Amino acid sequence: MNETILKMERICKRFPGVNALEDVSLEVKRGEVHVLLGENGAGKSTLMKILTGAYSKDSGKVYFKGKEISIRNPRETLDIGISMVYQELNLASSLTVAENIFLGNEPLRNKFIGVINRSEIKERCEKILVELHISLAPQKKLQELGVAQLQMVSIAKAFSSKAEIMILDEPTASLQEEEIDELFSLINKLKKSGVSFIYISHRMEEIPLIGDRITVLRDGKKVETVDSNTPVEVLIRMMVGRELKELFPKETVDISEEVLRVKNLNRKNSLFNINFSLRRGEILGLAGLVGAGRTELARAIFGAEPVDSKEIYIDGKYVEINSPTDAISSGIAYLSENRKLFSLALSMSIFSNITMPSLKEFCIGPVLRLRKEREVSKKFMGKLFIRATSVKQKVKFLSGGNQQKVVLAKWLCSKAKIFIFDEPTIGIDVGTKTEIYKLINLLAKEGAGIVMISSYLPELLAISDSIIVLNKGRIKKEFKREEATQENILYYATV
Amino acid sequence: MKISIKNTEGLKRAREIIQKLASLLSLIIMAVILSALSPYFLTVDNIFNIGLQMAVIAIMAIGEMMVIISAGIDLSVGSVLALSGVTSTLMLVNGMGIFLSVLVGVLTGTLCGFINGVLISFGRIPPFIATLGMMGIARGLALIITGGIPIFGLPDSFSFLGGGRILNVIPFPVVIVVILALIGHFILAYTRFGRYTYAVGNNVEAARLSGVNIKRYLTMIYTFGGILCGFAGVILASRLSTGQPTAGTGWELDVIAACVIGGASFSGGEGNVGGAMLGAMIMGVLRNGCNLLNISNFWQQVFIGSIIIFAVFIDQYRKHKMGEG
Repeated sequence: MNETILKMERICKRFPGVNALEDVSLEVKRGEVHVLLGENGAGKSTLMKILTGAYSKDSGKVYFKGKEISIRNPRETLDIGISMVYQELNLASSLTVAENIFLGNEPLRNKFIGVINRSEIKERCEKILVELHISLAPQKKLQELGVAQLQMVSIAKAFSSKAEIMILDEPTASLQEEEIDELFSLINKLKKSGVSFIYISHRMEEIPLIGDRITVLRDGKKVETVDSNTPVEVLIRMMVGRELKELFPKETVDISEEVLRVKNLNRKNSLFNINFSLRRGEILGLAGLVGAGRTELARAIFGAEPVDSKEIYIDGKYVEINSPTDAISSGIAYLSENRKLFSLALSMSIFSNITMPSLKEFCIGPVLRLRKEREVSKKFMGKLFIRATSVKQKVKFLSGGNQQKVVLAKWLCSKAKIFIFDEPTIGIDVGTKTEIYKLINLLAKEGAGIVMISSYLPELLAISDSIIVLNKGRIKKEFKREEATQENILYYATV
Repeated sequence: MKISIKNTEGLKRAREIIQKLASLLSLIIMAVILSALSPYFLTVDNIFNIGLQMAVIAIMAIGEMMVIISAGIDLSVGSVLALSGVTSTLMLVNGMGIFLSVLVGVLTGTLCGFINGVLISFGRIPPFIATLGMMGIARGLALIITGGIPIFGLPDSFSFLGGGRILNVIPFPVVIVVILALIGHFILAYTRFGRYTYAVGNNVEAARLSGVNIKRYLTMIYTFGGILCGFAGVILASRLSTGQPTAGTGWELDVIAACVIGGASFSGGEGNVGGAMLGAMIMGVLRNGCNLLNISNFWQQVFIGSIIIFAVFIDQYRKHKMGEG
């Protein structure tokens, strides 16, 4: 338990415009679960990508079992025994459990022709599964398995390839309670046989349950390595580096008449009888676990997702919303949780992204008024402090925070009166987060109604006027700002 | 820190400009080599000859460029060209006026493009499959209508479209290419339709969530491609003075090559009409050069195939580099 198996020393990594990692050191002992803690953008995943060879480091040294190693590509790290456990990425869904566990490492009958020894695969797979107490049939195809089981297969695969360090990135994000218990007992079993884990998680409550030591990163720097019995408040303070009050500015705004009412929204197997109302100036928080149906609800309101029934009233009037086009013309904006996948055309310019939802306003007939587009976009760039060389710069060259601001600008430009923010601060540094909260406050002050989805409870508690808790597609509870606490939200989100 | 951002930005932009100029540069190099090898190459006659030869490919490349920008592909261009040529010449030999016959030819192409678009957007069929099917259907129909025999006996006045020369020098098809290219450029760069074409190709989900009616615009994009194939078909029929049901066999290769050489990317969102024209010119010069140097038609196919692969290779290499830097 005391032997150091991995040592990363003074690792530095620069990306254009940011210091992603500055002198970060990490030491992992044999058989320990080492939690890597930090906000989005703190450098956790960059550090792990350097360890697995997906990124190259600018400087620093990595020692594995006392010897310095130079990591050139992901294959090499795998070979020496460091394995990143992806949830499903490196699994082939049409192959069986056994075939996946030995994928790329098949026992062969004949080395020259490459004939696979099927019976040996099955036997060895059964042995591994029994050893790890995983109750799965080796011949089952992966497409029939759930997320939790896929993760088990991934871990078994890493185990079969004699991994001595396994990296788990948010392994519990989409698991149910009992699945988490199963995962933890698997981790504990592997720990005893000498496997070490680097465990990345945002769920503070599970850290003392599974972690041995914790290394906290902030803004690309290592803050400290501490024991897992360190109180949560202390950990949070280390993560954010300042008091919470200044982080989450909240302005009191007069909440006036109703702007949006959602009635009787149902979607097969995912949303059940959703009713709520939103008033001008109000920030309505939408809490719930991953998979509770928050994003589905947002997309359903926005017309991006088919539903079985819904009634939507805007300013008291019934409106038919069957597509995002309908939603936008009724004054609804939706900022999706994944800006690269759903919000931005990355190789287009800043201004064409900003004007996209409201392009009609920038046209005479079918013809674009490019100058007006650029002028208006420039105004938004100034208002939101978007750091870029010009409005013509391609969005892909901007940092995450600036990209998110472009998304904001795009919806501000559409003159919406109802904003649905889905995880608006994900992957964004602390400073920009605060700017975004200020902007959301400003929108509320100007009379917009705001629905805010966030998995980050401190932010949701601080900024919302009221909070709805979704659980398995149903509204479980509605809180006023004063009543809501982290505990009672979690209670209704999980019960 | 700010300066360093600007520097890397500047570097990237410089690289992009070089990339843009790369195909123009290769055109110039080819021209220099060819004029050294053949005294005939750099004559007014030959240059307009190249223009005439490339005109049909260039017209189709305008539409194909839009399709590729939207992250699609149109394999049916050659067949649709033939079908349009056949329908318009069929009208002509049956005594219909030139204007109406040309209109029928263009409408044939439009209809084929429209069907492609509907299949892709409303039918959710991948562009490759939908247009591959259309490639067979249009070719088959052209052969059925004509019974496999070219349509002859067109009125002389019809031949001006493909063979006429303005001021006795500039071939009429070249003029049409210039006009259509300008229209295509205007659409792509200065209209909502064009902007949405890039948006769809860049990130179809982001476009949809920004309120872009994807199905409508995809249909429009393929229809536009069809219109241009219709024009190309009529012009080719006029130049050959026949309605050839087998015309344009394999030309989708040339058209796609022109786009790819001109900077289109199969992942969509990139390219412009100027690039497509440049690509078509390179293809034209290449074919012309091969003819002047007596290189067989068979070898030309090998060259063009290699050039497509090479152009895409360069494109991928550049992207890979950018991704890391």
